[in-house]
Amino acid sequence: MTALMTTLGALIRRDIQVALRVGGGALIGVLFFLTVVVLMPFAIGPDLALLARLGPAILWLGALLASLLTLDRLFTADHDDGSLDLIVMSRTPLELACAAKALAHWLAAGLPLVVATPVLGLLLNLDVSATAAVALTLLAGTPALTFTGMIGAALAVTLHRGGLLLAVLVLPLSIPVLIFGVAASEAAVTEPLSFGAPLSILCALSLFGLVVGPYAAAASLRHGLD
Amino acid sequence: MRLSGRDVGCVRGGRQVFAGLDFEASSGEALAVVGPNGSGKTSLLRLIAGLLVPAGGSIALQGGDAELTLSEQSHYLGHRDALKPALSVSENLIFWRDFLGGAMSDPAESLAVVELDHAAQLPAAYLSAGQRRRLSIARLLTVQRPIWLLDEPSNALDASGQKLFATLMGDHLSRGGVIVAATHTPLGIAARTLLIGDAP
Repeated sequence: MTALMTTLGALIRRDIQVALRVGGGALIGVLFFLTVVVLMPFAIGPDLALLARLGPAILWLGALLASLLTLDRLFTADHDDGSLDLIVMSRTPLELACAAKALAHWLAAGLPLVVATPVLGLLLNLDVSATAAVALTLLAGTPALTFTGMIGAALAVTLHRGGLLLAVLVLPLSIPVLIFGVAASEAAVTEPLSFGAPLSILCALSLFGLVVGPYAAAASLRHGLD
Repeated sequence: MRLSGRDVGCVRGGRQVFAGLDFEASSGEALAVVGPNGSGKTSLLRLIAGLLVPAGGSIALQGGDAELTLSEQSHYLGHRDALKPALSVSENLIFWRDFLGGAMSDPAESLAVVELDHAAQLPAAYLSAGQRRRLSIARLLTVQRPIWLLDEPSNALDASGQKLFATLMGDHLSRGGVIVAATHTPLGIAARTLLIGDAP
């Protein structure tokens, strides 16, 4: 058990280190998020009420696209340099290794999106409570994006097509997360709607992804070895 | 310990690479897999490593650790070095030690053996092809596995590196290990030859 903890801890630590160092690409996601959100007021125009109303949806769309941007390297980087072969051969179950990699990816690329949300909320004329609500829903929902996205990332290795294929595969799977994420954020702003129900569903989606994602990704990787 | 294959076949992309291949290697023996380009030397190593599924026949290990599969008791040294350019030489090695687990030795010592100790803090991005190979070899020394599967191990190594690696392979065999190496050049140790395809 402790040996397993050591191996998974080593994998998580390495993936975070690689992501945060030069060329790792963790911060690319945040920069992209920032760019998308900053562009929105220019596209929509200077209507402050409209911006505030669309704000949660814009933040969620931005976060969704930003998390997609960095996902395709989740397994292809390890495949390209041969690390994936050794990970598959190792004594650690591949499902757990996949879960550890996804967790590391979320810590390095998903969590910064949540942290950046309060700053971006300012740009969209969201008040403090609305911004906090969006940040909370992102915290609950971005793990679901990572864990479902990881299935697409594993398929991208198998099919030797990264980038666009990943987007086409993963975006339909992330529709429920987007619906409940935006619903929960708007419920926090608009009084009569319930905030708890969509947030609970969001948490449920993340937990569901945590269970299903690693199995599906590991099965895909095992099947697609060459 | 005895590694053996019976009637092993391999199909890649719908094309039969080889079929009906028999081989065996016992503790302390090295098997040099030779054959022309495209004859399936790498495929055979990946079959033994469990990274490919054989189209026919079977590969078995007798007398190893019954708790572990063949691939869990093997080291695979492929064309790709499994190094992260952003991490330093010793960080790369320490990661593989922690991740692969099992019996191990001191990474700093292994780096000294492959003459990379002066570059321990250097990012792996700045290593030459030969130095990358030496770092991969340090992985074989740091984490102990009885079976070494080597794909063109002497690629990019200079003359002294090849001599050093031959000594390390000899040490591994004398400890009762098994080596299967795909190669075009002589390994520098006594090895049985397994020919795939036509004689080159």
